Amino acid sequence: MTSEPTVAAQPAEQAPPRPDAPEGDGKRSVLRGLVRWESALVVVLIATLVFGSSASPNFLQSTNFFYIGLNMGEIAIMALPLLLIIVTAEIDLSVASMLGLSGTVMGALFSSGWSVWAAMAAALVVGALGGALNGFLVARLGLPSIAVTIGTLTLFRGLAEIVLAPRTVTGFPLSLTTIGVAPIPGTEIAYSTVIFLVLAVVCGVVLHATPLGRAIVATGLQPEAAQFSGIRVHRIKFWLFVTSGVLCAFAGILFTLKNASVSYDAGTGLELNVVAIVLFGGVSIFGGRGTVLGVVLSVAIVGCMQQVLTQLNVAPEIQNIVVGVLLLISVVIPNGREALRRIRARTRRR
Amino acid sequence: MSMRNIGAVSRKVTGVLALALVATLSAACASSTASTGDQTTAPTATTIKTGLLVYFIPKDTQNPYEVIAVQGGKKAVQEAGGKAVVSSGTQDTAAAQIPSIQAAIQAHANAIVIAGNDPSALCPALNQASNAGIKIVSFDSDISCGTSPNHLFINQANTENIGTSEVDLLAKEIGSKGQIAILSAEASATNQNAWIGYMKQELRKYPNMQLVSTVYGNDDPATSLTVLQGLLSAYPNLAGIISPTTVGISTAAQYLDTHKSLLAHLTLTGLGLPSQMKSYVHDGTVKEFELWDPSKLGYLAGYAALGLASGSASLLAGSTFKAGSLGSYKVLAASGTTGPSVVLGPPTVFNSANVDQYNF
Repeated sequence: MTSEPTVAAQPAEQAPPRPDAPEGDGKRSVLRGLVRWESALVVVLIATLVFGSSASPNFLQSTNFFYIGLNMGEIAIMALPLLLIIVTAEIDLSVASMLGLSGTVMGALFSSGWSVWAAMAAALVVGALGGALNGFLVARLGLPSIAVTIGTLTLFRGLAEIVLAPRTVTGFPLSLTTIGVAPIPGTEIAYSTVIFLVLAVVCGVVLHATPLGRAIVATGLQPEAAQFSGIRVHRIKFWLFVTSGVLCAFAGILFTLKNASVSYDAGTGLELNVVAIVLFGGVSIFGGRGTVLGVVLSVAIVGCMQQVLTQLNVAPEIQNIVVGVLLLISVVIPNGREALRRIRARTRRR
Repeated sequence: MSMRNIGAVSRKVTGVLALALVATLSAACASSTASTGDQTTAPTATTIKTGLLVYFIPKDTQNPYEVIAVQGGKKAVQEAGGKAVVSSGTQDTAAAQIPSIQAAIQAHANAIVIAGNDPSALCPALNQASNAGIKIVSFDSDISCGTSPNHLFINQANTENIGTSEVDLLAKEIGSKGQIAILSAEASATNQNAWIGYMKQELRKYPNMQLVSTVYGNDDPATSLTVLQGLLSAYPNLAGIISPTTVGISTAAQYLDTHKSLLAHLTLTGLGLPSQMKSYVHDGTVKEFELWDPSKLGYLAGYAALGLASGSASLLAGSTFKAGSLGSYKVLAASGTTGPSVVLGPPTVFNSANVDQYNF
């Protein structure tokens, strides 16, 4: 899509260390921290699985992994574009509202006589337009993405309410809504799981093996340096928000079909789960650091953990606490060393 | 350079480990079978089986009304020697209830008693449960899934009666004239919308009462307060508010209690919990409100679930079943969008004379 000049090919390698990082080993320690984080996630995943299967006889049932895939599908799909956006040091908090708005538009058009396929296409267009609005405000006007997307979070949900409330649309073709109750024939895998894994591979290749991916990382590490080395920072950010809009709309379509119905409040509050999963996957909220593998592992851990806690009938308040603690851990541990160094540097100066 | 190689290698190892894990897990799965029960025939048994497992899935685990209803349900299941499990989320969304339905299927529950957060979004999951042989009972807010799955709705009171009686109650207090508004819960809540429909119908009897607005507080105190304040500033001459939800009416009562000047022209009524409304009734903020006893509602739902799972109750119109200390109940035929149902009884009107007698 955007062919980057060759200077941009290696920005991550050549990016100057952050002013607050000690000279020389900046990049190396980042890499090492990253490897350790993903290994830690694998250990946590294994621990969750061992705990789950020993605590609940139902955990290794055939349907359980289908359920986990089904429950996590839309959240996981929305996490991928958010990963890329957070790597550029921006954020998109409007993801769940975008899911709700696109599902609502799809439902409204379907109930007014459109074919389901045309209604789905329209939902994707709505997603692209919503993403373009976020992208325009953040990339072109240079407004802070956290403020912009909190605004569009409310805006998209409000539009959805105008379009559909208080109605609930049902009656989608059974051949499509079967994705909500049945795995892919002959397997125990949910359709949304496969879609997520395919998108994850695409996202992984783009982020880790293309000039565009390096440009995304460079944008997050040092926006000015990236700009001066010829990376079109604004254009990259704009198109990432559009991608996010389209994939959230796609998640909205899946969500609607899965529930065989849609109302304006579909997916309310899911944005926090999506952000939590991305951060727990080891993606730095300050930008410049994050891997697709980390996010995939994070999805698996959170999905399994939720399922175990529900099966053990752990109170939902406690489940919320568990997710909150995970989120804190994922922010504290990777940034703890940096914070410590900063404090030490400050005391030395005095 | 060597450092980078180590990094790359360990990352590969991590990836391979993760893949191996997924593969092992998929292989470890065994297959499960399902059976479908026909519930529309007459009862086949006369007694309730012991050792039945009943999952109660309220709208959320915090709403005081739901908590009391579920306690009633647990009492019924324990009386009959069964096991009750309560499972739901902290938010009133279908997405939060679906994992609980899945847990019930995996635990091979005999019955699910659910208050639906969405009339349709739960149908696929509940149908799966039904196909696995689990009997489905809904209470408080019905699901509209047609016959997939077949289920019994435990109606707290006749839907029409709740809607019309609230309008009559308000009309009596405001002399049948003035602007009125409704403070509801979620815009998509089945029960709220059904009651509001009957309220509008009943309002035709009162030509001098105009319904000017219906606002939605999402059963959240903060949201309810915000929409209430918006309502009061948009319609300063409002004569009455009907709030057919316990969260809405208690939030509104609390606001009016601190803004007593409004009471000169504004009357509040609706559906409330006596325990929450007691002080407002005694200090004159609210004169009358109504509700049924949620613990009896849960108790009846619990016995209906036990009966269906034992074969001593059925969905056949006109068939009867015994609900412990509440006596015998008759299954009503499906009508309109409501499937087979059972009605608990007429709502009780609470005022300063009787509110202290109720402890829920």
